[in-house]
Amino acid sequence: MTLRAEELAQKVIVGWVRPGCSVLELGCGDGELLSRLIEDRAIKAQGIETDGLHVHRCVQRGLNVLHEPVEEGLTDYGNGSFDYAIFNGSLQRVVKKPDIVLRDALRVADKVIVRFSNFAHYRARWQILLEGKTPVTPSLPYAWYDTPNLHFLSIADFYAYCAARAIAVESAAFVGENRVVRVSPNFFAMSGLFLLSKGYKTGGKIRRTMGEVD
Amino acid sequence: MPLQNSKATTGTGAGLVETKYFDFAEPPDELLLDCGENVGPITVAYETYGSLNEEKSNAILILHAFSGDAHAAGWHDGASKPGWWDDMIGLGKAFDTEKYFVICSNVLGGCKGTTGPSSIDPRTGEHYGADFPPVGIPDMVRVQARLLDHLGIEKLLSVAGGSMGGQQVLEWLVACPQRVGSAIAIATAAKHSPQQIAFNEVGRQAIMADPNWKGSQYYGTEQPAKGLSVARMIGHITYMSDTSMSNKFGRRTGTNGHRRPFGNAFEVEDYLHHKGLTFVDRFDANSYLYITRAIDDYDAAAGGGLAAALNGLDARVMVLSFKSDWLYPSYQSQEIVRACKKAGVDVTYCEISSTYGHDAFLLEVDEQTKLVSHFLERTGELKDIE
Repeated sequence: MTLRAEELAQKVIVGWVRPGCSVLELGCGDGELLSRLIEDRAIKAQGIETDGLHVHRCVQRGLNVLHEPVEEGLTDYGNGSFDYAIFNGSLQRVVKKPDIVLRDALRVADKVIVRFSNFAHYRARWQILLEGKTPVTPSLPYAWYDTPNLHFLSIADFYAYCAARAIAVESAAFVGENRVVRVSPNFFAMSGLFLLSKGYKTGGKIRRTMGEVD
Repeated sequence: MPLQNSKATTGTGAGLVETKYFDFAEPPDELLLDCGENVGPITVAYETYGSLNEEKSNAILILHAFSGDAHAAGWHDGASKPGWWDDMIGLGKAFDTEKYFVICSNVLGGCKGTTGPSSIDPRTGEHYGADFPPVGIPDMVRVQARLLDHLGIEKLLSVAGGSMGGQQVLEWLVACPQRVGSAIAIATAAKHSPQQIAFNEVGRQAIMADPNWKGSQYYGTEQPAKGLSVARMIGHITYMSDTSMSNKFGRRTGTNGHRRPFGNAFEVEDYLHHKGLTFVDRFDANSYLYITRAIDDYDAAAGGGLAAALNGLDARVMVLSFKSDWLYPSYQSQEIVRACKKAGVDVTYCEISSTYGHDAFLLEVDEQTKLVSHFLERTGELKDIE
């Protein structure tokens, strides 16, 4: 991700989180996003992170952080323990079974924010179709042999998944290399951001804020 | 007038320090223990480092492990080594005495200045021995609370300790949550596993099998040195790891060489003998029995669920464990963390990479310093916001 794209994505997430809420970030890295949310939104923050060096950095930032695998992190929390759970790239990177973990996140938090890299960006399509190569793009900047990503998905995949699981998409936003993408995000966006809640809460009606995906 | 160490000197450490004593529970106002028996009078040995601020809001209580004492930091006059956690307590250290007023006291049942089985029973004029009532971790904390009353401290900025000290940290959280702003529990367990109890029981049996133990009444005669040193040898094995022993001793032969049939063949044997023998000079065998019993009996949840016991807790909690610690394995720390999560308590957990085994809480200074100092700093900031 370019710095500009990172900043745009962070802005979207900060915009979605209501002030004074409780936030659990799964795979919180060095705690940059949680710190920003504390600063801008006065949230009550809890992070979970597997990397020891990142945990140290989080503690240095004054965050409450747990040094444990993201996948085991949710089970001990009661229903509705947090207002928000956030996967800022971690759902495709560190979670082996995203389906199970995402549904558990929707149990633990009222709303779940997911951000992931879009595998169907036009540059990725070009590389697969014409060059016959596994794509390497600014949001998927790794070769096949050193990628930290476990799962590759597109924005269309994620919409389809949410529909199949009756997960409500309350809001969605898309970011390109250095701008917000509003048209055909599955083709033009480097990453997708989704604000989700349990589908049945909204009477099973799956809302979609953007028009056609492609 | 803030309390201050009269002899504190400048430098990087806590400087020259002295153990002080606080007496209370004079009959008929004896202290009622969990076992239902009374004990009194009680003397508490304690030390303090740094200065208590005007608001009395910068006090941190340090809780020592099984064989520790009140002398946590700084130097006693003429001593060859500093207090047991001197690496962590002092000017510019994790528990920075520039900012914090640090207190450490010897536990009830101990033998380092606080009343215990080697003290004189005022009813008989003899040493208590096995007539000393059984003490528990909650009784130790009760005594510490009385010391804080005496020092005029209503609420602690933090309580911190490793191993048995960590058990006392948990007891502070469940027994006196309103007096604690934050807590740091290191390499500890909410309750002992059968394996931990088993090691302690072998130590106790070694002491009681020594003919010099004489049913606890050995004072004034030869003490059960063999039994106590064997107990300590077992302890030291459990404090280290396979890796740390290999690194420290390898298979090098000890000072006696391969004297047949059963001389000290290996350096690790010499080490254990040395540790066992020097322990006899500084520890009372009956205190060993009393304190290990207290550790084994302790259950922070008192038979219930730990999450329920921690429910509604306002204090921030930090739990630390060490990868190679097989005496207090990380899963026990994670159990405490899980209870905090269920109870909605603000919690930080870090498993520190170390090869030192259980001893790591005394030896892994750098990482603990970073984690503890930042955690305390944040706790201080939150307190200021209130």
